[in-house]
Amino acid sequence: MTRIDLTGLDVRPAQVWGGVRLVPLVRAEPVPGLRLHREIYRGHGGLGTVDLPDRTTYTSYIPHGFVADWTGTGSGTGAESAAYGTRLGGGASGGGGGDSAPDCMPVRRIHRMAKRRRDPDGRAERRLRFLPLHLALEGYLALHFGGPSTAWEEWSGEALRHGLSPRAEAAYAGRAVPGLAEALRIFEVHPGQCGLLLYVADALAAAFVVPHPDDYRLLHPTLIEDLYGELVHQYAWYGGPVPEFTARIRDGAGGIRTLADLRAAAREQERAWAVAHDGLMARDLLETSYAFERVHRAGPFDLHRFLPPFRRGGPEQHIGELITDHKGRAVYLKTFRLSENQIRKGHLLRRLADCDWHLERTAEALGTSYAEVVRRVGGAGLGSLLNAHAVAQRLRENQES
Amino acid sequence: MSELVAAEDVLLFVNAAVTATGQREFRSSAAAQHFSLRFVHEYVRVNYRPVYAAALALDINHHNAALIVEQLLRTADEAGGPGEKRAEGRLIAARLALLPPQRVYRLFRALRAAGVNNRRTRAIVRAWLAARPDPALDAVKYRSGLKAALRHVHGRLPDPETGDFLFSPGRRVRYENPTLDSFRRARYEQGALYELPFTVAEGFAAGHGVPRAVFLERIAPRMTRLEQLRTARAADLTVMPLTRLALYVLSLPFGERVERRAELTHALRAAARRAAGPYAGSWGRVAAVLDDSFSSSGSAVKRRRPLAVALGCHYLLEALAAPGAYTPLWTSGGSDPLLVRPYGPTPLGLRILDALEGGPDRLVIVSDGWDNAPPGLAGEVLRVWRSRLDPERRTSVVHLNPVYDAEGFDVRRLAPSVPAAGIRDAEDLAALVEIAQFAEGRTGFAELRAYLDRRVELFLQGTGGPVGEGAGG
Repeated sequence: MTRIDLTGLDVRPAQVWGGVRLVPLVRAEPVPGLRLHREIYRGHGGLGTVDLPDRTTYTSYIPHGFVADWTGTGSGTGAESAAYGTRLGGGASGGGGGDSAPDCMPVRRIHRMAKRRRDPDGRAERRLRFLPLHLALEGYLALHFGGPSTAWEEWSGEALRHGLSPRAEAAYAGRAVPGLAEALRIFEVHPGQCGLLLYVADALAAAFVVPHPDDYRLLHPTLIEDLYGELVHQYAWYGGPVPEFTARIRDGAGGIRTLADLRAAAREQERAWAVAHDGLMARDLLETSYAFERVHRAGPFDLHRFLPPFRRGGPEQHIGELITDHKGRAVYLKTFRLSENQIRKGHLLRRLADCDWHLERTAEALGTSYAEVVRRVGGAGLGSLLNAHAVAQRLRENQES
Repeated sequence: MSELVAAEDVLLFVNAAVTATGQREFRSSAAAQHFSLRFVHEYVRVNYRPVYAAALALDINHHNAALIVEQLLRTADEAGGPGEKRAEGRLIAARLALLPPQRVYRLFRALRAAGVNNRRTRAIVRAWLAARPDPALDAVKYRSGLKAALRHVHGRLPDPETGDFLFSPGRRVRYENPTLDSFRRARYEQGALYELPFTVAEGFAAGHGVPRAVFLERIAPRMTRLEQLRTARAADLTVMPLTRLALYVLSLPFGERVERRAELTHALRAAARRAAGPYAGSWGRVAAVLDDSFSSSGSAVKRRRPLAVALGCHYLLEALAAPGAYTPLWTSGGSDPLLVRPYGPTPLGLRILDALEGGPDRLVIVSDGWDNAPPGLAGEVLRVWRSRLDPERRTSVVHLNPVYDAEGFDVRRLAPSVPAAGIRDAEDLAALVEIAQFAEGRTGFAELRAYLDRRVELFLQGTGGPVGEGAGG
């Protein structure tokens, strides 16, 4: 599996507000057997810390988690319940949520990005709690997190001992993206809608897909609490309003004689939009090949997170997470648009790792000079990982030779 | 050319004055609405002052009526000669008599704040106060408003007791007038508060700690019609105006609407028949495209107003159409008008196609004009229909829009060829359809002025009913 498969989701006409274009995705019928709930983490200003299995810690703005519920597959009545309202994270199952966190440290501790829910008796339920978007972000942040694999002298002792820790990225909450809140508020949800593609200044900012229309109606407001990259924020801030693609019916030279012709022309307009959208606006999302990593298996559904190929100067790149059914079709999808800087950083880390963190060889692989690679490492915010003395010495030697 | 522009400007203003209330709408904030409306008022007042005053004779909403009166009185020196002033004065007096008293008191207070105290203003205020049926009731219910108005115009009430009540409350131990006396007693005696108007008694009841349910039960006979509707204890729904009734129905939960289906439907039909008056059944075959998309939920201050207007229009058109010749089409595809809810997108284009399928004599579209599934299709369908399929105008199409678009300074249109009119109360539908005919861009300013003069005449005679005489045409 290398691509995102949105089979079963039909595109409907976009709704535009200012610079934001919202494209609804509609399912003919909901996916059986999987529902999503939302649990809100209240009271700590949305700040949360996640303990990861490899004893690293992930701290971020985490306003809520999602609970995937796949009890519907053939089990008893009422198991596949509709998402009804929102639920507070339960003390029993919220991982360290029940731990008496000291008052002076308003951070919620959550155990793992994705965790099987347990009932009060400790039996595993057929429900999975995961943190939307953070699963994907953590995947990006942990990219070659271990640091240099070989102790070349240019790397500092800190880098060799602790890797890239601590690694940080900045993002904007949806509320800080100008015009987004208003656009989401006035958006008219289609019947049967299970997803949304969010464009800012006609750049794909986020994709969101859920299995059931009722879930979508409840989770639509969570889009405003999600994280958006720097690029999205800037486009929203500086981009002008985008035009609406209004329908045009060609009626010249006796093209339309009856009402049936007119209806056919109107239908054709809808179809033309769907084709134009998939081929033009969402192409980069759908046609890029991603590196998928399976995080959890839940019945017939798999929870993945994925990373893009980090190709520079190329198409838009998204990280995200995905639940697929047994045929590999997307049941749940959430993406985060990387900014150009983040792509560059990912690209550089990839290349460094490929060349065993040897700067000289990396420079060759990138087709550039040693000095330039050093500059790029510094530019990516990883300058502290280099041993400045060793690097300066190498640069001097290069100049002399 | 300039004639057409003038006609357009005037229609734009009429649409704004019918729909805009300076309150928050689904897609724009209160500030944007307010700002936009202020501009339109100033523009029309400066450029077309006689028309600006004549708008008072149309079915504009109370907010705009008060605003026009205020603007006219503030700029009395621009009116021209004494003849124009007299005409304005008559219109103002006639409109003030129709406005709810709380609106008029608010207007007087605005005039006071603006420092408008010319002889003409004083005469208008005095005349209005003298025409109030029960000054004692006003003194109790609109105490500060009446006080401010009297102070401002140096007025004197004919009844010295009420004067004392307002301006020197300690002078008398008891009042002869029963209303004033019960206000005095209500402070000490629970029984007395049930002789007061509802809004005044509410405060005393809270002071005495009377349970809300008991209070509402006993004060019911003193409530106005709308207060009864608001507290959900209307004895007789059939006397309520159509749009209010529609708002009330939409405020009920679905279960209750189903349970009381017969009663509610009967009340709505009765109100619609009353609004249709003599024109019931005279419109031939009618098709209506009614917008119940999510945007018809309005805003927190105008809750479900666009949807209520659509629901009211549904019943009114049913009454106006020939028996059995009415086709309602809701944008959501629903068929039960009593169970409508604001949900989903606005596929106006496809619904209009469905409506044209039956070949109706009239097509009425009630929508906020934000056609989004796909955008612009409604305009295209109507354009092609008019130019290719129905050039001889067998079907007359009109678009009624309950929402003022602050950015466009007008209600939002679907297509240039389709006349659009603002609508606030479904009852005014017939008169608005008549005005909308001017908006096709083929009638000049002179005809429009003639129409306005006719409406002004009717209004001043006090015979201008809610359904204009043009309902048949």
